[in-house]
Amino acid sequence: MSGPSDYQPTNPVMKWIERRLPIFGLVHSSFVVYPTPRNLNYWWTFGAILSMMLGLQVLTGVILAMHYTPNADLAFKSVESIVRDVNYGWLLRNMHATGASMFFFAVYIHMFRGLYYGSYKEPREVLWILGVIIYLLMMATGFMGYVLPWGQMSFWGATVITNLFSAIPYFGESIVTLLWGGYSVGNPTLNRFFSLHYLLPFVIAGVVVLHVWALHVAGQNNPAGVEPKTEKDTVPFTPHATIKDLFGTCCFLLLYAWFIFYMPNYLGDSANYIVANPGVTPAHIVPEWYYLPFYAMLRSIPNKLAGVVVMFSSILILVFLPWLDTAKTRSSRYRPLAKQFFWIFVVVGVLLGYLGAQPPEGIYVIAGRILTFCYFAYFLIVLPLLSRIEQPRPVPNSIADDVLAKTGSKTAPMVSTVIALVVAGALFAGSTQNARAEEEEAPPSQKWSFSGPFGSYDRGALQRGLKVYKEVCSACHGLSYIAFRNLADPGGPGYSVAQAAAFASEYKIKDGPNDQGEMFERPGRPADYFPSPFPNDQAARAANGGALPPDLSLITKARSYERGFPKFIFDFFTQFQEQGPNYVDAILQGFEEKPPTGVTIPEGSYYNKYFPGHAIKMPKPLNDGQVTFDDGSPATVAQYARDVTTFLMWTAEPHMEARKQLGLQVFIFLILFTGLMYFTKKKVWAEAH
Amino acid sequence: MIVTTASAAEHPTRRDFLFVATGCAAAVGGVATLWPFVSQMNPDASTIAAGAPIEVDLKPIAEGQDIKVFWRGKPIYIMNRTKKQIEEARSVTVSSLPDPESDQARVKEGHDQWLVVIGICTHLGCIPIAYEGNYDGFFCPCHGSQYDSSGRIRQGPAPANLPVPPYQFVSDSKIQIG
Repeated sequence: MSGPSDYQPTNPVMKWIERRLPIFGLVHSSFVVYPTPRNLNYWWTFGAILSMMLGLQVLTGVILAMHYTPNADLAFKSVESIVRDVNYGWLLRNMHATGASMFFFAVYIHMFRGLYYGSYKEPREVLWILGVIIYLLMMATGFMGYVLPWGQMSFWGATVITNLFSAIPYFGESIVTLLWGGYSVGNPTLNRFFSLHYLLPFVIAGVVVLHVWALHVAGQNNPAGVEPKTEKDTVPFTPHATIKDLFGTCCFLLLYAWFIFYMPNYLGDSANYIVANPGVTPAHIVPEWYYLPFYAMLRSIPNKLAGVVVMFSSILILVFLPWLDTAKTRSSRYRPLAKQFFWIFVVVGVLLGYLGAQPPEGIYVIAGRILTFCYFAYFLIVLPLLSRIEQPRPVPNSIADDVLAKTGSKTAPMVSTVIALVVAGALFAGSTQNARAEEEEAPPSQKWSFSGPFGSYDRGALQRGLKVYKEVCSACHGLSYIAFRNLADPGGPGYSVAQAAAFASEYKIKDGPNDQGEMFERPGRPADYFPSPFPNDQAARAANGGALPPDLSLITKARSYERGFPKFIFDFFTQFQEQGPNYVDAILQGFEEKPPTGVTIPEGSYYNKYFPGHAIKMPKPLNDGQVTFDDGSPATVAQYARDVTTFLMWTAEPHMEARKQLGLQVFIFLILFTGLMYFTKKKVWAEAH
Repeated sequence: MIVTTASAAEHPTRRDFLFVATGCAAAVGGVATLWPFVSQMNPDASTIAAGAPIEVDLKPIAEGQDIKVFWRGKPIYIMNRTKKQIEEARSVTVSSLPDPESDQARVKEGHDQWLVVIGICTHLGCIPIAYEGNYDGFFCPCHGSQYDSSGRIRQGPAPANLPVPPYQFVSDSKIQIG
């Protein structure tokens, strides 16, 4: 965008438009002939990846907003109906939720690239600051987005983070009330978060335009940190950077697809599958993984206001980076000391992230304080000091020289950094699994027919499980997200439409009011949902000694346990997602007549080996011979537990089979396409090297 | 830039094949990816389920009376026609009607007194009022369309007769609409 373009269209229509609004010239000069350093490595593809992620989040978000209801009483259910009823709703929801994680994953790599290669240095300071602004907007957007499903973590995360503002002296409480629109997080809060969550991505898009503009003024940095001098140093953006970015994007999409189709809940918290309850705080309130380092720093400071100041400062300090690190050499490739401190900083960041998911007790607190100090020391002590005392290695004369000098060393730094990032990423992702650190015994891992990439539901188990639910569990537990028509859906128990209708008609459903103004009962229809045994929560509690039997529709996704290190790393590769079913199955079989010596169970509770705290209000629900199966399966507790758990996995995720099937198709396509893109990229770049 | 020799111009090279293959794969992938984004706007499973057929009991409707029920969001008139209304409907020359259709084609055989029509004016969508107008049928107050006792358009701007929804008699006193 420096000066008039040299783009001369031949087509008369193009000429006509170009004279009135030179948009084609702008695109031509910015993205076609734009001179790009020819020595860029794959860390430079993340700008394009981020643009794609912003577009995808906006697209999936706008579509989700067509079906979502931003009201505290209806939000959770509307998200479930997107997942269950909207065509491909499960896919859109998974794309958007995992997309947020992928967006942050890409932005962290993009930022660390900037740190390592000195992309914030003169004349790119404004570019860098615009980037920090984008990052802050992303954090706000992500925070508000997470509140929208109105699960337990949504509500309590919103409560904790909005309460941060009460640390501000004098005005704090008024500011918090203003944010809430009430006396606590509630419906007004949810409504305004929805509005702002819809708005901010477009603000981000605007700042991204400024960001790319600032980039094009200075030109891109490159791994050598040496500015382009001659034409030999650069290649035209199209086709070279375009194709390389596309290839990088394809590889990124493979990772994205892995999460969408096979591990949709790996990065999330199972507590968010429980409806928000202002009266019950979850045992461990943990933000999403991308906020964990800052959460750790916040909790490290014993003073409320100081903690808030430290947390915000840890992000704002990035703005001052160009003036803290004044070394003349841009790229850490040629700064041996700075390079090592960079990697130490990366490890500090990852460890802070890990700590953010641990309970703030004992050694975790001390470690948090030390690491917070290290984080700030990197910016305030190490970098300014190195600017003065470090002896950098000589930089190449030009980019062209840098490209020619490359022998095999090009790949080596990539490999070591990839390994470092994989370990870091795995620790990060797994740390969210550690939030429920229990000293309790973990439920045994069972074999489930639905586990793994080719898993499917055992129809027989689903039908037997339905029978167990109907004859045993439905006395106290509702199943309100399942409609009778779902029993005939593909990927389910496999009943016909007529059978589902007959099943429904056995139930009495309350309907009305009729023309006399009275409620009446009628036989169930396929469109009706399973009725709950109690008219409301209070009645349920009164009938069960004060305890509320939870609705079972989502129970296998709403429960989890810590897998521990290094299991949670392997889980990512083996696609282990069966914590919930293992837990439910264990609870059902974990009742014992007598608690072990030394353990006392209060009156009205029962001892269960796997229930956290061991005292559960539900009496042993299953006994041998309780339910007879038509197909001759054994009438044992183990069989009942297994079958009803399989059934409840289906009620929690009716479209699992479709998800895995589509996932296989997407993966085959993406692998083939990535291969094609790789060879295309190689061909396009063949002349350039 | 790309140098094309005479032979390259004549025979598609391996490079061209690669580019074409990649381009085609991208196009196919693009369309396949786009489909869920379009399909999600179609009615979802709960809307389809809510639009399932309904049963209506005809016993409470006396001769000369009508009721209005809703099915798939549309108002449906169920009219118990008098002998006079049926005769009036059948005595018209069918070919003279703006939208020719015999009364027999619009009701079920053996249940001639029951008229079941969707109560949406075929002009611009208002709900016509029953037992109004010159033809002992329906009158639409928005722009003055007049329908007869078989729900057929007789005068006014509406182009077509009131549509008959799919329905059948499950017994003499009960119909299932849809």
